[in-house]
Amino acid sequence: MGNLVLKRLLVAVPSLVGVVIVTFLLTRALPGDPAAYFAGPAATKEAIEQIRVKLGLDQPLIIQFGRYVADLVRGDLGISLTTGQPVISEIRTRLPASAELTLLGLLVSVSIAVPLGIFAATRPGSLIDHMCRVVASAGVSLPVFFTGLMLVYVFYYLLGWAPAPLGRLDIFYSPPPHFTGFYLIDSAIAGNGEVFLASLKQLILPALTLGIFSLAPIARMTRASMLAVLSSDFIRTARASGLSPFTITVTYAFRNAMLPVVTTLGMVFSFLLGANVLVEKVFAWPGIGSFAVEALIASDFAPVQGFVLTMAMMYVALNLMIDILYGLIDPRVRLES
Amino acid sequence: MNAAPALLVENLSVEFRTRSGVVRALESVSFAVAKGETLAIVGESGSGKSVTAYAVMGILDPAGRVTSGRAVLGGLDLLQASPSQLAEVRGREIAMIFQNPRAALNPIRPVGRQIADVLLRHGNVTRAEAPNLAVELLRAVGIPDPARRAKAYPFEMSGGMCQRVMIAIALAAKPSLLIADEPTTGLDVTTQAVIMDLISDLAAGSGMATMFITHDLALAAQRANRIAVMHAGHVIECASRRELFARPRHPYTAELIAATPDRVASLDQLASIPGSLPDLRRLDLPHCRYSERCPRKRTDCDQPLPRSPVNAAHMVACWNPLQ
Amino acid sequence: MTALAATARHARYVIGENPVTGLAFALFVLIVLAAAFGPFLVPYDPLASNTAVALKPPSAAHWFGTDQLGRDVFSRVIVATRLDFLIALSSVALVFLMGGLAGVAAGYFGGWTDRIVGRIADTIMAFPLFVLAMGIVAALGNTVENIVIATAIVNFPLYARVARAEANIRREAGFVEAARLSGNSELRILGCHVLPNVFPILVVQMSLTMGYAILNAAGLSFIGLGVRPPTAEWGIMVAEGAAFIVSGEWWIALFPGAALMLAVFCFNLLGDGLRDIVDPRRRT
Repeated sequence: MGNLVLKRLLVAVPSLVGVVIVTFLLTRALPGDPAAYFAGPAATKEAIEQIRVKLGLDQPLIIQFGRYVADLVRGDLGISLTTGQPVISEIRTRLPASAELTLLGLLVSVSIAVPLGIFAATRPGSLIDHMCRVVASAGVSLPVFFTGLMLVYVFYYLLGWAPAPLGRLDIFYSPPPHFTGFYLIDSAIAGNGEVFLASLKQLILPALTLGIFSLAPIARMTRASMLAVLSSDFIRTARASGLSPFTITVTYAFRNAMLPVVTTLGMVFSFLLGANVLVEKVFAWPGIGSFAVEALIASDFAPVQGFVLTMAMMYVALNLMIDILYGLIDPRVRLES
Repeated sequence: MNAAPALLVENLSVEFRTRSGVVRALESVSFAVAKGETLAIVGESGSGKSVTAYAVMGILDPAGRVTSGRAVLGGLDLLQASPSQLAEVRGREIAMIFQNPRAALNPIRPVGRQIADVLLRHGNVTRAEAPNLAVELLRAVGIPDPARRAKAYPFEMSGGMCQRVMIAIALAAKPSLLIADEPTTGLDVTTQAVIMDLISDLAAGSGMATMFITHDLALAAQRANRIAVMHAGHVIECASRRELFARPRHPYTAELIAATPDRVASLDQLASIPGSLPDLRRLDLPHCRYSERCPRKRTDCDQPLPRSPVNAAHMVACWNPLQ
Repeated sequence: MTALAATARHARYVIGENPVTGLAFALFVLIVLAAAFGPFLVPYDPLASNTAVALKPPSAAHWFGTDQLGRDVFSRVIVATRLDFLIALSSVALVFLMGGLAGVAAGYFGGWTDRIVGRIADTIMAFPLFVLAMGIVAALGNTVENIVIATAIVNFPLYARVARAEANIRREAGFVEAARLSGNSELRILGCHVLPNVFPILVVQMSLTMGYAILNAAGLSFIGLGVRPPTAEWGIMVAEGAAFIVSGEWWIALFPGAALMLAVFCFNLLGDGLRDIVDPRRRT
């Protein structure tokens, strides 16, 4: 087992190296004078020169890269021009908001897509099967920001069921005491039912938007995988042995069918992390996505660089976890290493 | 045959709907397996032997339909039974093992648990007892160090061991009939013999009837009490082993036997029997599906084939049989 | 019958078999027509603002209503077709060249070429793709050209992989050996024999990427990258309309969004249909 984790970790290292190099190059590849960009549009010539020396932008590229890596190791991602705060602390504060949203979106997605795919596979040609196929093809065409806006229109403006898309909590409430940064968890820990409900209400529409967005690939993969497994030899044996339909569908078929779905999750996360940025804009969600977008508009580059780096590292870590999870579920992978 | 047979199949016909037409895979298949007897069903690929087994077990492909016939096991017609009746019988009274044993086992579940699943389903055992019983079953099928092996996965075992596991699963609930579909194909010769011995011993020990399907005429010759020969979805001859080889009556059977050098080659390696299997989608299939390649064809071969009673000692579906 | 004629006949068969593919083709033609002739045919100037009629819902005069500056939404949506279509087309053409050539070279020559292309592709794939596109546009500058480049880079790994696989298969193929034996240089073989065979598979991929490229460009413009107001582009129109959703003026965001959806859906269906025509074995 430890062997498996180690091997997967080793594979992740080149990805991390690549990520660091690319994010470094991204800012040094700026057309024009990087120092001017970091100093901001309102800087004087002296200020630009100061920044140039301070950030070591007059040094050869290799030295700059060395400094970059050294800073990274120390957790220094630069200072945001617009807020004056270190980028790392902004990211740390805002990350839980994005994480809570993404995880909830994934939960919504999986809880709809997986059963949909299973029912579609076990009842081929039925209404559910057709629905699943429509969802799978149409789902990939829906722009996520459009879905979000339409949901707001229908559920907030027309029906009045959902609260205004103004962030994590209605202004009447104050955030729960900080344990994890996840409002749902923190308010539960503090035993504050009102804040819990209020946070949940704000979360529903954006999570639903993300969920709808990632529904299609998961449903399609679940259906395809389940269909393949159901026509396999060992299911035939299970049927011939007279096992109950539940045992056959769930214990035998489903567990095997989930393996390719877990692998698909890697790709789904790539989409989700990107869609997160768009959803945060629609719902005024104070996460790292909106942080980066605001910085971009203000030509404030350090946060953007920090954002890309953070997202990429999280993505590498997520893929690593998915690989390990797969290894845990599939004994063929686990025992081979 | 005095006592009721373990399995009685009468007039079984099966069709498959495909994109290119309806395939009449089986037509009026009839045979019986007596209690404690071993019946071998032999035929080329495409002759319908596996389809027969799948139809009896009720695990036909969704495109397949049973259009007529009955398959009576212990007084219950399996083809007319309700799903709940079938659920009681399958795995408990009638069991099946397949070729490619490693692929036929759940790849991500330890073999001991797969056996325990069947025990819990059919065997009136408690959750606590099942694992130990599974280990005992593994021991009974000759797997060394069964307690350790019970936790192993199919990919960690050889083909022969996987087949033993399948046998353990099949025999867990002590069925009265075991169907073995090409159980030794793909295994090496020594293992083949060992597996067939195991099946015979277990069957003899419990009085279980066995129906095994094979394209290997020599295997049938060694192991079966009676042999049924199938061609293009028909049972064309059925007799005791000795009778069949001493006095084959259907021209096809004779060709098969004659073309088997020393009776040790499989049907697939035979020198070609003239002609080929007819296309079963044709709407103009003759009554005797062998007639178009038969050297003994006569004008009266165009009528429906003669019917023999199922328990006839030597049944042959031919108007011009050898004598 | 020439290869082209045979393909055309097979194409007609596939479209006949599956009416949805036929629909996709029809829609595609509509989009191309709108992109080409739209700007000449629209009733209003897409950039002309008229605050007197601002925020009017759809009516006979303004089929899709007017936005906050009184501009006709219908005209803007139609005119935006050209921009979005061209953005998508350029990205796809660019990635086809870059990814296709790199992949074919990697598959054909193997060795270091393969390893380098592989490393580049893996590094790109280590990022969430939209995030990387954001980073690239931020680094290179906030222009439409950079959106095209960013979309191309982000799709590079996919094309490189497909092209590489196809080139690998054909490297050892009979006709390549024959060409080699008759003294053709490796480059000539690559260009004249391998590349034409790889092309059809890539074309299928290109149609699917068109849909993604449109979504990507729209997403980037939604957050303010690339296209600036008052340019008419679907993504930026949705962004402008977003502010008015909460006050009930739904038409400003809905119509450009629906156009986006329709276009992407069309390209996805087209891609599936093309896949059936090019290689029926790969039908899903």
